[in-house]
Amino acid sequence: MNYKMMGRFISQILFIEGTLMLPPLCISLYCGEAMAVKGFVCTLILIFALAGIGYLLCRGAPSAFYAKEGLVCVAVCWIVMSLVGCLPFYISREIPKYVDALFEIVSGFTTTGASVVPEVEKLSKGIIYWRSFSHWIGGMGVLVFLLALAPSGKGTGFTMHLLRAESPGPDVGKLVPKMQNTAAILYIIYVVLTVLNVIFLVLGDMPLFEALCHAFGTAGTGGFGIKNDSLAGYSPYLQNVTTVFMILFGVNFSCYYLLLLRQWLGVFKDEELRLYLGIILGSIVLIVLNLRGYYDTLGETVRHAAFQVGSIITTTGYTTTNYDLWPTFSKTILLCLMVIGACAGSTGGGLKVARLLLLLKGLRRNIRQMLNPRKVEVVRNNGKVVDEKVLANTNAYLAAYMLILFILFTIISLDGYSVGTNLSAVLCTFNNIGPGLEAVGPICNFSIYSDLSTLALTWGMLAGRLEIFPMLVLFSKSTWSRN
Amino acid sequence: MNIIIAGDGKVGSTLTRQLTQEGYNVTVIDSDAKVLQSSVERYDVISVHGNCAAMRVLQQAGVMEADLLIAATSEDEINLLCCTTAHGLNPKLHTIARIRNPEYTEQIYKMRDIFGLSMAINPEKQAAAEIERLLKYPGFLRRDVFAKGRTEIVELRVDKNSKLLGVRLADMPGIIKCRVLICAVLRNGSALVPNSGDFTFQENDRIFVTAPTKDLTILLKNLGIITRRVRQVMVCGGGRVSFYLASALEHSGISVQIIEKDYDRCLDLSGMLPNTAIIHGDCSDLELLESEGVSQCDALVTMTGEDELNMIISLWAGSAGVPQVITKLGHASNRSIIDSLNLGSVVCPKELCVNNILRYVRAMQNQTGAAVSVHTIADGQVEAMEFLVDENTKHCGTQLKYLNPKSNVLLASITHGPKTEIPNGESMYHLGDTVVVVTTDRGAIRQLNDIFA
Repeated sequence: MNYKMMGRFISQILFIEGTLMLPPLCISLYCGEAMAVKGFVCTLILIFALAGIGYLLCRGAPSAFYAKEGLVCVAVCWIVMSLVGCLPFYISREIPKYVDALFEIVSGFTTTGASVVPEVEKLSKGIIYWRSFSHWIGGMGVLVFLLALAPSGKGTGFTMHLLRAESPGPDVGKLVPKMQNTAAILYIIYVVLTVLNVIFLVLGDMPLFEALCHAFGTAGTGGFGIKNDSLAGYSPYLQNVTTVFMILFGVNFSCYYLLLLRQWLGVFKDEELRLYLGIILGSIVLIVLNLRGYYDTLGETVRHAAFQVGSIITTTGYTTTNYDLWPTFSKTILLCLMVIGACAGSTGGGLKVARLLLLLKGLRRNIRQMLNPRKVEVVRNNGKVVDEKVLANTNAYLAAYMLILFILFTIISLDGYSVGTNLSAVLCTFNNIGPGLEAVGPICNFSIYSDLSTLALTWGMLAGRLEIFPMLVLFSKSTWSRN
Repeated sequence: MNIIIAGDGKVGSTLTRQLTQEGYNVTVIDSDAKVLQSSVERYDVISVHGNCAAMRVLQQAGVMEADLLIAATSEDEINLLCCTTAHGLNPKLHTIARIRNPEYTEQIYKMRDIFGLSMAINPEKQAAAEIERLLKYPGFLRRDVFAKGRTEIVELRVDKNSKLLGVRLADMPGIIKCRVLICAVLRNGSALVPNSGDFTFQENDRIFVTAPTKDLTILLKNLGIITRRVRQVMVCGGGRVSFYLASALEHSGISVQIIEKDYDRCLDLSGMLPNTAIIHGDCSDLELLESEGVSQCDALVTMTGEDELNMIISLWAGSAGVPQVITKLGHASNRSIIDSLNLGSVVCPKELCVNNILRYVRAMQNQTGAAVSVHTIADGQVEAMEFLVDENTKHCGTQLKYLNPKSNVLLASITHGPKTEIPNGESMYHLGDTVVVVTTDRGAIRQLNDIFA
């Protein structure tokens, strides 16, 4: 294990985090929020001190950096980032308990959007900005950001391990030969789409500050609202804009790159994209049929159904209505969408449509082979043959996913809430969605859980965002052994 | 005409034999001295030992004076480099390269000029195309296409259930009810051109029929050969021909099963052929073929690497009642023995390749009035040639009954624009028509005017 190299990465990440904390500090100074300013300043001093010490200690690191280091480095970076990132909440006393503050910032960085804050509107502006901005930082990944900025490794391939560990999806690849350029392209697409979203929101008469916060939440598919009722109080236009952008941010970013290259056909024929849009459309139709009579007009029904479907499948978690009051069938569909999640290579969470596609194709292949054991068949995706190793990994991922789901479910059931509440709480945090059903539904929050459950869910959010394996290898004996 | 043949393998030596027989000056290049030695001892050629893609070796072989270079070594890349180099040395040279790798097909087509290629030949792909043609009209043993696909010479076997058995030639039109012409009959290993109405068909005759392509369906129907469309094909062996065939059949909506014993090759095929069922198993295990449903198949194509195995599977399938059987043979040197077996249609990729090159050579021979294409049918005993009627052709617009052709020559069809006519005494040809001539006298007809006595 190359601890020095990891230390270097961690200090760099801390430095970036500190820099990103400057805008909220400025906002707090501008608004004259004394407690928030204190929180940010104390945290910044700590961050820069840690980063400086880390940098000094980890000079001259050997360049041996492999898959193991990549996985552990990503996990540790995210944990350290969260431990430090929650300090402004805690020091400013706006979230009095450290465990709750940690839950809140992890919920931000992992783009979950589940909150423990009962009265969001009482938070100070700087804290609200930092909370929403954490979605934007976590959506694409901090290490990817670091890779885009710094030419790490000088031509060696180890940065691939970082990208693979941090980017969601079963088969992560580069877009262009150079890692720095790949990361930069991803971030440019990300920034452009975010700016577009802000412009559309401002055109709908939303104040700039609110537009920024909402765009950050949409871009990272996070879902922290800045109002107690999330987006319910905004105009239908703003809700529709958010629906469209949520769905756009749930698309694999390599599709946008193909669009930039004018390869329309490649995008049009992308099987994952087709399935993703198909699921969205199908779900909207079913829910609209199921919701007859709940709202005054058909238009309103469609608007709420589309918003909620887009919000849940992309794992954003904004709400325009209390869907906990919907009929069971509609809620079940939403529950299924929670598990499916967005496309691989997007900012969304969940199992990912690409994995679902591979699992279904693998299943079909296995059934055929059961009927004719001698038949040789490969699984193909977009016309290309899928490596058997990728299929095996996908199956292992599903196994790990189910296992963690049940462990978390068991742990939080100690608190004694109903099965529906607990199941949806686990699904919503592990899949990085946000609000669940019943006691953790759209109008409630996660402050009901005990510290143990909060920590378990916090871990679950990180595991969900980092695609499980980086968080699992931390517990593996062979990770920490010398050979 | 001076011809250089690079690569003295199976194709190369067959070409050498044919081309020396037809009186060309042939130079053979090969890197194996032993092979060259035997060629020089058997045929009237000179040989050059060395790498045929090397400039010095080509110069030594007289590339500057040559008219045609045929590169038929086992390596595609060497064949290409050989043609490119030779063409660079002598821009007037015609070059033919054998290119077998499917990955190169597209670039060969698009960059022919850059490579300096006159023609690229892919024997496996041709064999696949031939098999596909046979599958489209089950019942014919072989099909040769003329006049841009408007006229065909098809081969049929008169078996004991045939409607033609014992029928006199004069009575035949009453049975098949469309205008066709029997241009050759192969009986007991020798070819004859029937020219009297009293000629009677016997069992095991193989007959060669000229017909317009659009009448083939009628012909098959009236002969009582069921023309059920082929829907399900089983292919034994997963070589290159199988791949080409399966991808062509996949395209026309026919379901294909390939049985291959090498697991890695199965995976490759499965990756390349999304709609074909790939079965991992040994074709010599006849029980396996049964369990994979050979009895429900409309056709079985045997294309393993072993000729003996192909023949055994084909014989077994014929006796098991598979409607159409096609056998691929790597070496088809002893045709009379092969023909005595009930192997269905026999396709030999190397033979196809040689025929194709010969066709090119003959068409090159004398540019004016020469045959557009030359096909050998009836085990190579009969030649069918396609000519274009030009200004130098005699007897344009004269009815055939007033003409006096040679005794062993038959005018098999006249194609005028989109219409193909099977000629009788009143027929005549005009400037611009395409005519097909059949003769048992090989090499005697060089241009259309040669058919007249």
